[in-house]
Amino acid sequence: MASAKAVAVIRARPWAVACFLLPALLLLGALIVYPIGYTIQRSLFDASGSSFVGLENFQDLFTNEATRKALSNTLIWIVVAPAVATGLGLIFAVLTERIRWATAFKLVVFMPMAISMLAAGIIFRLVYEQDPDRGLANAALVTVHDTFSGGAAWPDARPRPDTGLTAQEDGAYLVDATARAGEPVLLPLVGVKPADASGEAEAAPAAADPGAVTGTVWLDFAPGGGGTQDVIDPGEKALSGLKVEAVREDGSVAASATTGDDGTFSLPAEDADGTQLRLAAGNFTAAYNGVEWLGPTLVTPAIIASYVWMWAGFAMVLIAAGLAAVPRETLEAARVDGANEWQVFRRITVPLLAPLLAVVLVTLMINVLKVFDLVYVIAPSSSQADANVLALELYRSSFGGGANQGLGSAIAVLLLVLCVPMMIMNVRRLRQEKKR
Amino acid sequence: MPSSIRGPRRAARAAAAVAVASALAFTAACGSDSDSNGGNGSGGGDNGGDHAPSIELPDLAGQSLEVAAVWTGAERDNFVAVLKEFEDRTGAKVSFVPSSDNVSNFVGTKIEGGAPPDIVMVPQVGVLHEFAEKGWLAPVGPSVQEQLDANFGQGWQDLGAYDGEQYGVYVKVANKSLVWYNANSFAAAGATEPTSWQEFIDTAWLLSDSGTTPVSVAGADGWTLTDWFENIYLSQAGPEAYDQLAAHEIPWTDETVTNALTTLGELFGEDTLLAGGGSGALQTDFPASVTNTFSDLEAPTSGMVYEGDFVAAFIAGNTDAVVGEDALVFPFPAVDGDAPVVTAGDAAVALTTDGTATEAQEALLAFLASTDAARIWAQPGGYLSPNHSLELEAYPDQVTQDIAAALLAAGDDFRFDMSDQAPAAFGGTTGQGMWQGLQNFLRNPADIEGAQEYLEAQAVRAYGH
Repeated sequence: MASAKAVAVIRARPWAVACFLLPALLLLGALIVYPIGYTIQRSLFDASGSSFVGLENFQDLFTNEATRKALSNTLIWIVVAPAVATGLGLIFAVLTERIRWATAFKLVVFMPMAISMLAAGIIFRLVYEQDPDRGLANAALVTVHDTFSGGAAWPDARPRPDTGLTAQEDGAYLVDATARAGEPVLLPLVGVKPADASGEAEAAPAAADPGAVTGTVWLDFAPGGGGTQDVIDPGEKALSGLKVEAVREDGSVAASATTGDDGTFSLPAEDADGTQLRLAAGNFTAAYNGVEWLGPTLVTPAIIASYVWMWAGFAMVLIAAGLAAVPRETLEAARVDGANEWQVFRRITVPLLAPLLAVVLVTLMINVLKVFDLVYVIAPSSSQADANVLALELYRSSFGGGANQGLGSAIAVLLLVLCVPMMIMNVRRLRQEKKR
Repeated sequence: MPSSIRGPRRAARAAAAVAVASALAFTAACGSDSDSNGGNGSGGGDNGGDHAPSIELPDLAGQSLEVAAVWTGAERDNFVAVLKEFEDRTGAKVSFVPSSDNVSNFVGTKIEGGAPPDIVMVPQVGVLHEFAEKGWLAPVGPSVQEQLDANFGQGWQDLGAYDGEQYGVYVKVANKSLVWYNANSFAAAGATEPTSWQEFIDTAWLLSDSGTTPVSVAGADGWTLTDWFENIYLSQAGPEAYDQLAAHEIPWTDETVTNALTTLGELFGEDTLLAGGGSGALQTDFPASVTNTFSDLEAPTSGMVYEGDFVAAFIAGNTDAVVGEDALVFPFPAVDGDAPVVTAGDAAVALTTDGTATEAQEALLAFLASTDAARIWAQPGGYLSPNHSLELEAYPDQVTQDIAAALLAAGDDFRFDMSDQAPAAFGGTTGQGMWQGLQNFLRNPADIEGAQEYLEAQAVRAYGH
């Protein structure tokens, strides 16, 4: 056997063997073993590195709010990101097997891998921008939303505080006074951008009509200030197309009207007399502005999505390679036996691919542990603390304001420990493979 | 980072990578920033022409000096013009060395290497104290002290002193108590410059009535929020309480902090008054808050934006607005007491390894403290000096003159930026300390108590007491 021969060589010429091993050992020692050892040692000292604090840094790590958040986010990342990326990769790989332009499709899905994490981060920072005019994600959402529901006539309009118009929970404004036929009401609103109202006619007082409840809704703000509040001054614009409702005491709507070009409206006296007037909520519904992707709640899922965008292609390519090696006969045999495509996928393809899927999953898990740039770039600084992960917290505590490299080293040690089970899994698998 | 946001230096550094996206738009500004510089780079020597020299300088022919500062671009060129005048008058050779943003690290390594620069511009009070404590600084000599006494108020001298010994000269400062507004928006609303907080809030509502969202708050950049808070706190609780809070001698759960946050909540708590509402403000960074106010002059996203004098340079470099015509400024309104003046600045110090300064170091420090230097420095714009002997006409435009006048009018009641005095972990780090605490407050302005508890917990952690 070869190994017996090797042992003989080692016995005969130990020096030669040492010479061959030395460069590799030196490199390993200097670049891996020593840094690990030093990091572990450093993690037991305080910020200045001068006094020994034992496990205090680790205690801090698990009790401090910032690092706890980083820890829990990292766990979310480890569970979600590799699973989703691998799942999508599997689906893509299986589906592309049977389409005509498979290579082109694979190329497109794989392409994000060619971009650096930093660049991908910047791209997604722009995608997730809150303003629908700038952020792609919100632009898409707003477009879809607005297709199904029209915008309000005067989303910015609001009454001045304490002018007899009370805001309701649903966004409508209720007139405090009771409406009387023959007594025209004035309903002044403000807050409309001058540009929005520039096409409006001048407001006019409503005629007193004993057979109707009348009034005017207008923009009670003369350009350049001036003008008297609650009075229709010359030059003040009407607010047309506003829905005015007469509401009975039980809350039901007795009548409704829409303001005309000069801002006036008229409701039949028999229905509206003695009711309360209300400016309907639909007039004021604020424009839909999309989702706050980078707010505290959605920031981590949003960043994970950008990670999946990058790495699903990686998973797909590996799985597709494995898929090509799956024996066709087995699949054919299953189909001949009457299995449908789902059963073939579920009972044949996935089990045959299982070892490969495990490799992809574990590789991605290790990769996810060190995710830093995406989080650092995508999360705006106001929600960075909510998006925090261990690798970022390592950097922040080591080189940020606190400059606490003791705590930073403790986080590094924790990351190493988290990596160990995955490494063991991979090594064990490699050994099994060799045995085969 | 562009020179225009020099004031909040640490902020700029910390935000650097996060703001990469916005930086795309905003690096373009660096290049065009020099318009205020107007080819003044070499003409420095002529500027003193109308004025008799206010300082006698020794003959230093053959000697050479090294000056380190973080300034780049136009800011650097303007400073080099000042150094040129010194060279002309003494015969010494002065070279400018860019220091990295982290001056503390920069100087530390230089000292260890045995070749420190002769003069360094120190941006934070804490760093000056740290250097003095380590014995890296030479106390100023009689000629510098003479200039200091002649030109600087006691407050500015004290900021450059440590343990009773004078080390630094505050040569360049920022006035961070300014509100910039869009002149068109104010005209359309018929609004006038407010002088008290109540008037300020009323003006905000008036702007809102007129259809302009009143204020753009750069909530994504925590340092702007700390400046909001500091101004209100200084005016409301007074300078003594301000000093105590800056040293964390009173807790953040103190009633004065509650009051300041309640006051701030009158603005932050009203989504109608903030561009994008509270959540929108949290995603607005400093450059965006300025462009919100000045890029569209007719129908701006917001009517007012708060920050220091460096906004002027940013407006000039990034928008079509003309400072003094389209973009006007008023001092931060007084809340309960006097109008606050919060400042930041750079102190020139002489580095030494043996405890004494050389004649050349001494001469340069004295020159920088002199009115002659300030006058040359002031002319291109983008500069404020705490030197009260400098006539206001030395500043290039009315707006700068007003800002300088407001700064000097505060006498010794100005206060240095609290977040620049605090440990960096509390006053200058994304996602923690004051930055995060005030962002939490902006996100949920009703929860004053929660914000205070967070701030106190963070302060205890950072100050260690």
